[in-house]
Amino acid sequence: MWTWLDERVGLEPLTHLAAQKVVPRHRYSIFYYLGGMALFLFIIQLGTGLLLLLYYEPGVSTAYESVKRISGEIPFGWLIRSIHRWSADIFIGVLALHMFTAYLMKAYRRPRELTWLTGVAAFGLALAFGFSGYLLPWDEIAFFATSVGTAVAGAFPLVGEPLLQLLRGGEDVTGATLARFFALHVVVLPFAALALLGIHLLLVQKHGMSVPPGVAEKGRARPFFPDFLMHDLVGWTLALALLAALAALLPAELGPKANPFASAPPEIKPEWYFYAPFQQLKMIPAFVGPFEGEAVGAVGFAILGLLFALVPFLDRQAARGERSPAFTVAGWIVFVYLVGLTCYAWLH
Amino acid sequence: MAETDREGPTAGGEGRSRRSFLDWLLGFSAIGTLAAIVYPVLQFVFPPPRAKGRAKGAVLAAQASEMPPGSGKIFPLGTRPAILVHTPDGKWRAFSAKCTHLSCTVRYREDVHMIWCPCHDGGFDLTGKNVSGPPPAPLPEHAVVIKGDEVYVSEEAQVG
Repeated sequence: MWTWLDERVGLEPLTHLAAQKVVPRHRYSIFYYLGGMALFLFIIQLGTGLLLLLYYEPGVSTAYESVKRISGEIPFGWLIRSIHRWSADIFIGVLALHMFTAYLMKAYRRPRELTWLTGVAAFGLALAFGFSGYLLPWDEIAFFATSVGTAVAGAFPLVGEPLLQLLRGGEDVTGATLARFFALHVVVLPFAALALLGIHLLLVQKHGMSVPPGVAEKGRARPFFPDFLMHDLVGWTLALALLAALAALLPAELGPKANPFASAPPEIKPEWYFYAPFQQLKMIPAFVGPFEGEAVGAVGFAILGLLFALVPFLDRQAARGERSPAFTVAGWIVFVYLVGLTCYAWLH
Repeated sequence: MAETDREGPTAGGEGRSRRSFLDWLLGFSAIGTLAAIVYPVLQFVFPPPRAKGRAKGAVLAAQASEMPPGSGKIFPLGTRPAILVHTPDGKWRAFSAKCTHLSCTVRYREDVHMIWCPCHDGGFDLTGKNVSGPPPAPLPEHAVVIKGDEVYVSEEAQVG
């Protein structure tokens, strides 16, 4: 079989890659597992997402009813939907950790700038996946979370209004918004994510794994195949068990059906990964100088994201292979700030 | 030889100018084709403005007997939600129910007698004025007319 395929496809480059690929050993090596874990959870999302598509019916009069049917009538529908929800939450958490640890290890430095940029863009796509998927059940919380989220986009100076129209498909959150978010969630974002992921993984293969500046390697690098992959498999099995347990113990909920003529529920909160901007928007006063508070918040977060994406071009010391403690401290400050806001929003 | 010298540069020059003309033409066509694709796509994804869905005339918002003083009710006014408030001192008021912060739908809080937005903890007093939290502007007010037991709200006669 191998020979048959080798003659027709040419498997030599693959076996060569598998034999050559190694993972450096040092005190921070454990963080190398985060990328593989994110990839595994993404595959879970693709699989469960495809299954949900068999029954989900987009549309104001069908979306909620079809999700209710998936959760209540379809055999194991509750399990598939709950794993999709939990896996999305954990996926974004793992991706955030992967990105933050790559930042602290200065993995963005030359020649890996494009690897970093594709990774940051992939994180942006993951947030867009979460935001667009949240509306699809068309329940009360989803409706208001989308109203607020799109209104934040609308708060940007100059581009806000067209952006709001583009996202909502009109002035308000309606069936037009649901149609757009559905198309975004199941067609546009998956294609974009697969393309970005492909480039990201290709660049990781090309440059190998980065060792942080000033960190001593411990002995010979570990072969990726089979050593590292076996460890990956253990992690993935544990993740699958965790997902199954969470789905069984805390299945995905479905609130009352969205009603544009009802008040927002008092306990309304977005998904955990939007807690930080949510809490920040709560805290910013109506006006900051001559500017409206929500515009300041939206632009502030956009600038923070942009600086983060451009860090390979700002951190000149790391680019020269030197330590850059100022960037490490700045990273920790932002991390503590975001985690602090998230915890505060969670507790209140 | 002299002929070649005379013709060579001229032919080359002509070739170059013909080449640059073709390059220009090709570039122009490529940009034109791209614009002919991008423009309709952009026009397509940005929805055309719809009629505002304003309520025609007055809308029956509630039966007065159903709303004791110190209560509120959300009702549709055209395509948007509005809130009718019966204040503790017996006055009837109506406002747009869209929070002026990030457009969540507000609610009446009977415990503190104010209009409250749960999304970011914004507060409005019973005249619609933004008094706490992040909302940057008051809620637009609508006119209220009482006819017997029926409370009508009219968008056209919007105040403020």
